[in-house]
Amino acid sequence: MMMMTRRAGLAAVLALGLGAAGSALAAEPLKVGFVYVGPIGDYGYSHQHNEGRLAVEKRFVGKVKTTYVENVPEGADAERVIRQLAQTGHALIFTTSFGFMNPTAKVARQFPKVKFEHATGYLRGPNLATYMARFYEGRYASGVAAGRLTKSNKLGYIASFPIPEVVRGANAFTLGARSVNPKAEVRVVWVNSWYDPGKEREAAEALIAQGVDVIAQHTDSAAPVQAADEKGVWAIGQASDMSRFGPRSHLTAIVDDWSGYYIARVQAVLDGAWTSTDTWRGFDAGMVRLAPFNPAVPAAVKAEALKVEDEIKSHKLHPFTGPIKDQSGKERVAPGKVMADADLLRMNWFVQGVIGDMPK
Amino acid sequence: MSDAELITLSAILAAMVRAATPLAFAALGELVTERAGVLNLGLEGMMLMGAVAAFGTAHAGWGYAPAIAAGAAAGAAMAALFGLLALTLRANQVACGLALSIFGVGLSAFLGKSLIGSPVTALPALPVPGLAEIPVIGAALFDQDILVYASFLAAPALHWFLFKSRRGLILRAVGENHDAAHAIGYGVLRVRYAAVLFGGAMSGLAGAYLSLAYTPMWVENMSSGRGWIALALVVFATWRPSRAILGAYLFGGVTILQLHAQSWGIGVPSQALAMLPYLATVAVLVLISRDETKIKLNAPACLGKVFHSGR
Amino acid sequence: MPLRLEARAEPSRAMVFAAPVIAIAATLCLGGILFAALGFDPFTALAAFFIEPVSTVYGLSELLLKATPLALIGVGLALGFRGNVWNIGAEGQLIIGAVAGGGMALALYDVSGLWVMPCVLAAGVAGGAAYAAVPALLRTRFHANEILTSLMLNYVATLFLGWLVHGPWRSPEGYNFPESRMFTDSALLPLLVEGTRLHVGVLFAPLAAFATWVIVSRSFLGFQIKVIGMTPAAGSFAGFGPRRVIWFTLMFGGGLAGLAGAMEVAGPIGQLVPIVSPGYGYTAIIAAFLGRLHPFGILLSSLLLALIYLGGDAAQIALAVPFAVTQVFQGMVLFFLLAADVLIRYRVRFDAPRSVAS
Repeated sequence: MMMMTRRAGLAAVLALGLGAAGSALAAEPLKVGFVYVGPIGDYGYSHQHNEGRLAVEKRFVGKVKTTYVENVPEGADAERVIRQLAQTGHALIFTTSFGFMNPTAKVARQFPKVKFEHATGYLRGPNLATYMARFYEGRYASGVAAGRLTKSNKLGYIASFPIPEVVRGANAFTLGARSVNPKAEVRVVWVNSWYDPGKEREAAEALIAQGVDVIAQHTDSAAPVQAADEKGVWAIGQASDMSRFGPRSHLTAIVDDWSGYYIARVQAVLDGAWTSTDTWRGFDAGMVRLAPFNPAVPAAVKAEALKVEDEIKSHKLHPFTGPIKDQSGKERVAPGKVMADADLLRMNWFVQGVIGDMPK
Repeated sequence: MSDAELITLSAILAAMVRAATPLAFAALGELVTERAGVLNLGLEGMMLMGAVAAFGTAHAGWGYAPAIAAGAAAGAAMAALFGLLALTLRANQVACGLALSIFGVGLSAFLGKSLIGSPVTALPALPVPGLAEIPVIGAALFDQDILVYASFLAAPALHWFLFKSRRGLILRAVGENHDAAHAIGYGVLRVRYAAVLFGGAMSGLAGAYLSLAYTPMWVENMSSGRGWIALALVVFATWRPSRAILGAYLFGGVTILQLHAQSWGIGVPSQALAMLPYLATVAVLVLISRDETKIKLNAPACLGKVFHSGR
Repeated sequence: MPLRLEARAEPSRAMVFAAPVIAIAATLCLGGILFAALGFDPFTALAAFFIEPVSTVYGLSELLLKATPLALIGVGLALGFRGNVWNIGAEGQLIIGAVAGGGMALALYDVSGLWVMPCVLAAGVAGGAAYAAVPALLRTRFHANEILTSLMLNYVATLFLGWLVHGPWRSPEGYNFPESRMFTDSALLPLLVEGTRLHVGVLFAPLAAFATWVIVSRSFLGFQIKVIGMTPAAGSFAGFGPRRVIWFTLMFGGGLAGLAGAMEVAGPIGQLVPIVSPGYGYTAIIAAFLGRLHPFGILLSSLLLALIYLGGDAAQIALAVPFAVTQVFQGMVLFFLLAADVLIRYRVRFDAPRSVAS
């Protein structure tokens, strides 16, 4: 039921946004705040959110003024920063990391007139919306290409922290790879950091030394792509097109694109049409994209991955369609069944084909 | 062992050496600084300034040698700032070093804004003909870049300098008893400035290694706490260069091994495995510290103490 | 060199208070120039840093809230620093305090009562002290230097907390996200001022400072710490070894850091999350030295540090000053404050030196 409102919500927003563009001519620009967990110079997650903010600035010149606060620790400080944004006349505030959920919810209760949007969480309220991207769709499609390209049948996945988002991504990658190559297995290495170029490189090298020949990553830096380039194996970039870091290795990348969503939501506020929604969209809304494939990728492999992307986009294919077994071989999703969003949201088990461990 | 296993082992060893290199540079530099009686906790800030300066220079197309020099110079410049505060103005060394870290993280991020997102070509490996092909250890020891080779030479060179040369003796004398050294007529501040600048330059080299060779890119805060580990390694080394480099290899090695263990899928929580480099360092320190007298002889007696020349 | 430092016969009382004022004045001048050079309005920027955060009751409450962990940890660490015990592990002790306090709050999830909150805090103190006992034991038993052991244990603590909240202590209602349940009201610290986040725990900071001051200046133990700090060998002549000082200062500092940790999770955070401290354990080291290792000085330095951190966020919001610039400015403020202390013990002369100073 949660998903119905999600889809309907964004569709309405997009429709309104397109219809009423330019109708709002307020004297005072609308102030929009963004709270980032990392530095915008991480060239990863926070960087991509900031690209979305810049797109908003560009679209609504003179009508919107944006503010950002970067490097906000997920702890006691977040609430103060969010509150300060609310207090200084920001009408719409995006908090972009899971750890900001409870602070955002608390401030939202104190400022009922301000609109809040929290990325990746599950708490909502009359003035608190949530949004998230179905990155797993990109991971599934890239997994298809990885499954075709691997010669050793060993794929690697550099993971940050064992949260459902990351587990879901590793699973989708594995399912995608095994959909075309049932012998493929995925080795998961946790680096316990979102962002540590050195550690990410070391994880990539470890995987390559174990015979892995395609590396995917759920961490922010381009270091694994560089390591792969050096060792002559494939790598799949994260958050943005990382091909400059690995001209030979960069297979594709799963690109986060928040600009469309941010523009639509700002437009909704300008139009007085903002409602608290629950958005979880992927390829179909352009929130997730695949970066251009490496020219060296065989045409057939590229075509197959793009076809999968198209099928996901048009909802003909859902990456989490049964039968899906977990690591122990137990069937978790019956044949033909699609996993419910509520189960995807809380996913904390690996599918068959993943080699790796996570805390119970 | 099969051929595949030998190749894996060789790759593990090569990765260990590379992971240890930035730690070795920074730790050896700080070791010399501390031997002169100065405690500079600002390694992280100096490393990051070295990284951004080296990367910026290489990115501008000026070549590797100037880039490496720029990294060392930037680290030394930060160290000079520390020297001004902690030596000339006699401010508290511990606090100045911590403030230097904050300052360096911020300044490097500010200066590096325009460098984000564009890579440079990695510092090339210079395989030693004949030796690089030796099974298992060839790749680790003889197929590395110039900075890794430099780190191999740094420990014995510093050992010779500290324990065999006259200048090293003076430096240690200043660290052991600055009043006596001053009375004999050595320029305590001059020696300490030199040691601090050397430490900064070495941290700068550690940064340059990160941004030119290890992960040839610039991103904010890319040292990710390696400066702190290097600082701990000086203590681990009981202020001896040879042990500092062993400590760096131990820490870097366990880090690499725990990542390998994860990819084998051994069923231990990753957090527990990630604790291993830290716990191993503590465990080895405990083992080598049991003989109390040896530890006491090595810690510079005047470490962190302010020198009042007029007294 | 035209600038020369001439030692004063005794530390200047006036400069003890004037030095920070001079430092602030220098900061304002150079900070203003820095901001102007980068294209920001210097007056707005400086006002955002130093005035805006404390211009409202809420702002003041946030200042006290942020200064509390710094002060608690700072006074504890300073006691050790006086006795040459280099505890760099306050961050880990804080985290284990938060884990112990949070574990207590979760264990007592179904109970309510006035005694729950004190239990949470007591567990925090015990957790922090127990964690600090590890470097104490390794130092006294195996002579392992506490700088290394305590620093390394910080990373271990972070990973341990991460494992707990990603695994066994995950909230059953939390969709497997890394967070514990929200603590019940019984476990939370009562608010001191309604409408703010300021809780009663803030009172522990002046209390701890006073207690530390009593120890330092009035007790035999304080005397022992001072003696060991000045000349380790002298202690043995006087009939006591450094052992007791190492144990006491580490446990004391660890206990206070643990209390700070428990108060963060039972206060503004309200649950266990992977990150419970933005590096308070490290910042508190600066607070300790900025406060010249004096308990009451540390209270002031903690307030000042809290102010420049709050100011950093405020400047980002008010002027779009990048975080990097706020960090550069924070570093600069610290440099001036630390350097200004030289005025307490030295006179600055601008004449030519009479003899060659080395």
